[in-house]
Amino acid sequence: MTPGRPRLRRTNPTPTATETGIQMNIAIAPHHQAETSFIRRYIFSTDHKVIGKQYMLLSLTMAIIGGFTAYLIRWQLAWPETDIPGWGAIGPDNYNAIITMHGTVMVFFVAMPFLLGAFGNYLIPLMIGARDMAFPRLNMMSFWTIFVAAAVLTVSMFVPGGPAAAGWTAYTPLSDNPIYTGVTWGQNLWLLALALEFASFLMGGINFLTTTLNMRAPGMTLWRLPLFVWLEVTAAVVFLLSVGPLVAGALMLLADRTLGTGFFRPDRGGDPLLWEHLFWFFGHPEVYVVALPGFGIMLEVLPVFARKPIFGYRTMVWSTVAAGALSFVVWAHHMFVSGMDPRLATPFSVTTILISVPFAILVFCMIATVWGGSISFTTPMLFALGGLASFIVGGVTGIFLGSATTDIFLHGTYFVVAHFHYTLFPVTFFGGFAGLYYWYPKMFGRMMNETLGKIHFWLTFVFFNAVFIPLFAVGLRGNPRRIYEMSSYNFLAPVQHLHVIATIATIGLLVGQFAVVVNFAWSMARGKKAAANPWHAATLEWATDSPPPHENFEHVPVVYRDAYEYSVPGEANDWIAQTEPAIGHLSHVAAD
Amino acid sequence: MDRELDAAGSGIFEPGETIGMPIGKVGVWWFLASEIMVFGGLIGTFILFRIAHGGWADEAAHVNWRLGATNTFVLLTSSCTMIMALSAARTGRRERTAHFLLATVLLGLTFLGIKGIEYTREISEGFTPASGMFWSFYFLLTGLHGIHVIAGIIINATLYVAAIRGTLWSGHHEERLEFAGLYWHFVDVVWIFLFPLLYLS
Amino acid sequence: MLTGLLPANASTFGGDIDHVFWLIFWIVGFWFVLAEGVLAYSLVRYRKGSSKRAAYLRGDSVRQLAWVLVPAAIILCLDLGIDRAGASAWDRIKGGIPPAATTVRITAKQFNWNFTYPGPDGKFGTADDVTVENDLHVPAGKVVRFELRSEDVIHSFFVPEFRLKQDVVPGRTIAGWFQADKPGTYEIACSELCGFGHYSMHGNVVVQSAKDYEAWSHDSWTPKTASNKSNADSD
Repeated sequence: MTPGRPRLRRTNPTPTATETGIQMNIAIAPHHQAETSFIRRYIFSTDHKVIGKQYMLLSLTMAIIGGFTAYLIRWQLAWPETDIPGWGAIGPDNYNAIITMHGTVMVFFVAMPFLLGAFGNYLIPLMIGARDMAFPRLNMMSFWTIFVAAAVLTVSMFVPGGPAAAGWTAYTPLSDNPIYTGVTWGQNLWLLALALEFASFLMGGINFLTTTLNMRAPGMTLWRLPLFVWLEVTAAVVFLLSVGPLVAGALMLLADRTLGTGFFRPDRGGDPLLWEHLFWFFGHPEVYVVALPGFGIMLEVLPVFARKPIFGYRTMVWSTVAAGALSFVVWAHHMFVSGMDPRLATPFSVTTILISVPFAILVFCMIATVWGGSISFTTPMLFALGGLASFIVGGVTGIFLGSATTDIFLHGTYFVVAHFHYTLFPVTFFGGFAGLYYWYPKMFGRMMNETLGKIHFWLTFVFFNAVFIPLFAVGLRGNPRRIYEMSSYNFLAPVQHLHVIATIATIGLLVGQFAVVVNFAWSMARGKKAAANPWHAATLEWATDSPPPHENFEHVPVVYRDAYEYSVPGEANDWIAQTEPAIGHLSHVAAD
Repeated sequence: MDRELDAAGSGIFEPGETIGMPIGKVGVWWFLASEIMVFGGLIGTFILFRIAHGGWADEAAHVNWRLGATNTFVLLTSSCTMIMALSAARTGRRERTAHFLLATVLLGLTFLGIKGIEYTREISEGFTPASGMFWSFYFLLTGLHGIHVIAGIIINATLYVAAIRGTLWSGHHEERLEFAGLYWHFVDVVWIFLFPLLYLS
Repeated sequence: MLTGLLPANASTFGGDIDHVFWLIFWIVGFWFVLAEGVLAYSLVRYRKGSSKRAAYLRGDSVRQLAWVLVPAAIILCLDLGIDRAGASAWDRIKGGIPPAATTVRITAKQFNWNFTYPGPDGKFGTADDVTVENDLHVPAGKVVRFELRSEDVIHSFFVPEFRLKQDVVPGRTIAGWFQADKPGTYEIACSELCGFGHYSMHGNVVVQSAKDYEAWSHDSWTPKTASNKSNADSD
C-alpha cells in the first residue's frame, strides 16, 4: 500500500447490476469502514462475512433447541414412567409436537443455515477471490428472513393448541384438519415459518450462483474452483428447482386449513397422497441440499491435512451433478407402501439404487484422497474423517430402504431413523464441526484449542455411534417410529434396554458438546492469534489476513493454479498457493 | 489503477471466464425459475386431479369464458405496452416510456377489476373455494396469480413514478425496465396457461 | 446370532422379503468392510511420519481413476441385481392378490383396529356382518385377503412377524393379502403417525388352526346378534 495515496471513500458500496462481476470486483477499491455505525456493521450488515457469522449464530442457537428436543425424546423413550429432569412429564400429544419440532428445527434451522448460510456465505466470495457476493443487500435480507422464520417457529411453540404435531413431514389429513391433533395456530405458523425459510434460501441461493459465475478473480476458471464452491452452488440450484412444488403444497395445505378447500381431505374430494408426492418431490432433493455442502467441507479439509491433492476432482464434479439431477427422480421411495400404484415401486427402486453410484464414487475418491498421504490428525481432520466413516454407514443402510421389498418391513421403523441420522448427522455436525475448527482461525483471527477439540471429537464420535447403532437394532425388530412409549407392544419389551443405551449415549453426546461451546467462547478471547494461513492451505481464503479485511483482499488475487496442489514433486514446499505464478507468467508484486 | 487490470490484460485471465450476462439478469431468471416451479407444481397437480376426477365439466361451466378471454387480451396488450416502454427507454424517449408504463399499469388494474367482477359474481352464486375441488383450484390458481399481478403493478407503478419524476433516468434505467418486463411477461405467460385450463376445457 | 436381528418370520411371503434383506446385507456388508477397512488402513499407514512425502495423485488419468470407477461399475451391476431380486419379490407380494379363502375388512381409526367379517352369508354389507375389535382371527395356512380403510387419518397396518405393512389412507380402499404358516398370536402395530394415540394402536393377528378358527367363527358369528365383540385379550 503506497502511503499518502488518496483512497476512495464510500460506505457499503452497492454493486450495480449492469457490471459483470469482474469489473465490479475491480471497481470497488478498498476503503475505510470507520464511519459505519455498529448497527450497520454488525446487525444490518451487507458484508457476506458478517452475514455468514449471523447464520452461524442462528444455526447454533437453534441447535440448542434441536438438541434439547432430542434429550426430551430419548428420556421419554428410555424411562417413560418418569418425569424428565429439567422439564417435567410429557404427554403423548406433547411428544408428537416435540418430535415435529426436532425434525423441523434440525433440517431447516440448523443444517441448512449452518452448512449453506454460514459457510457458503462466508467462504464463496473468499474462495473465488471476490470482494463480496453479487447482491449484498439481498444477502442481508435473506438472513433477516430466516431470522423471522425462526422466530415464527419459536413463537408457534407457545400458541394455544401448541406447535405443529404431525411430524416434520406433516402428512395429511393429520396436519390438515385440526380435529385430529388439536393443533390450530401451531400448524399454520409452521407453514409460515417454512415459507419464510424457503424464501430466505431462494434469496441466498441466487447469490451463490451469480457470484460464482460472474465474480471469480482473474485466472479462477471453473476447474480451479475449490470443490466446496461446486457443491454449495449445486446444492443451491437443486434447492431452487425442488422447492416450488412444496410451496404449492404448503399453499394448498394452508388453504385447506383456513379457506375451506379440500386439496388433501377426502371428505372434500381431495387426496392425502397428493401431499406426500408434493412433499417428497422436494423432500428428497432437500436431503442432498444438506449433504452436498457437508461433503464440500470435508473435501476442503481432507487434502489439506493429508497434504495430497483431491483425487478425481473432475470425476467428483460430474458425480455431484449426476447425484443432484438423479435426486429429482427418486422421491417415491418414501412412499412404497403408501397406497400409491404398486407398479411405481420398481422404477423408483431402480432410480434410488442408481443414486448410490455417484455417492459411492464420491466416497471412494475421498478415501483415495487420504490414501498415500501424510496425514495429520488435527481436530478438523478428525471430524472430516469421522464424518466420512459415519456417512458410509448411512449410505449402505440406504440400500435396504431403497429396495421396495425390504422397505415393506423397514419403512416407518427405527431403521429409517438410524439411517437418516447416519447421513444427516455426519454431514451436518461432523462436516459442520470440521468446517468450524478449520475456518475459525480465518473467521475470528484466533486458533481454537486443539486438546478441547480432540476431546469434543471423540465424545461426539463415540456417543453418536452409541446412540444410533442400538436404534438400527430395534428397527430391525420392527420398532415403529414416532412412538411415545413402547409398553403397548410385547414384541418391544426385549429391546427396551437398547433404548436405555441410546438415551444414555444421547446425554453423553449432548454433554460432550459443551467442549465446543467452551472452546468457541474461550478461543475468541484467549486463543492464540491466527496467522493468515495456519494450515498451509492453497485456496484463496488463506491468501488474506485472519480475519480478512472488510473488502476481503487488499488487491484482487490472480489465480495461476488448481486448488489442491499439495506435495507436488520437485517443489521444495509441500504446497503451492493458487496465487503462486506458474513459470513464464509475470509474478504479481507481493502486496501483503 | 489496480494492478489486476494489468494482469488481466496479460492473458492470464482466460476470456469467457464470466458468463457475460449481467448479474441482475441472472438474478431475475433465478427468481422466475423458482416461481415457475411453484406454478408448475400447482398447475401440474390441477391437471392430474382433473383427469382423475372426470373432467369437472359441470363446475367449469360456471366460469365466464368471455370475461376470461377479455382478461387474456388485456394482459397480452399490457405485455405489448411493456415492450413498447422498454423500447422507448432504449431510444431515450422519456415521455413515451412513461406513457407506456402508465398504460401497462392501467391494463393491469383492468385485469384485476375484471377478475374482481368475476369473483364477486361467482361468490354471489355460491361458488367459494370450499365449493369443491374445481373451485378450490380455481380460486387458488387465480388468486396466487392475482397476487403476482398486484406485485407487478406495484413494480410498474413505481417505475412510472420514477419516470415522470426524472429519477428513473439517473442510471441503469434500461435494466430495471428490462427486469420488470421479464417479470411482467412471466405473469402473462402463467395466465396463458391458466386461461385454457380453467376457462376453455 | 445374525438371524436374531430380525423377528421370526411367520408368513409365506416374509421369507421372500428376508431373502432380499440378506442378499443386500451381504453385498453392502462386503463393501462396507472394504471401504472402512481401506480407510482405516490409510489412516494408520499414512500417518504423518518423519520424512515420507505424500504421493501426488490427482486421479485424473484413467489408470488412477480405475481404482474408483471399476468398483463403482461393480456396485452398479450389484445394484441392478438387487433390484431384480427385489422386483420379483415385490410383484409376488404387492403385485396382485391370490385367490383368497377369507376376506376381512380392516378399519383403522384413531386409535384402534376394527375387523369386519362378512359373516355366514359370505357377503359384506349385509346384516350378518361381524365387527371385532383389536383381534384379527384368521385360519392358518390359508390366503387371507384384507381391505384397508381409514375413518380419519393415514394409519399403517404393520405385522412385523409377517413382514406385512400397508398404509391405510382415508378416501380409498387398499387391498392386500397374507398367509400365515402356523397358529399363534402376532402383534399389529400402527406404523404411521396418526395422532396422540399412535403409540397405543395395538392389535393382534390370532392365527388359528382350521378347527379352532371354525369354532371361533361359529361362536362369534352367531346370527342372534348383528355384531359381536370378542373378548379382547389383555395386552
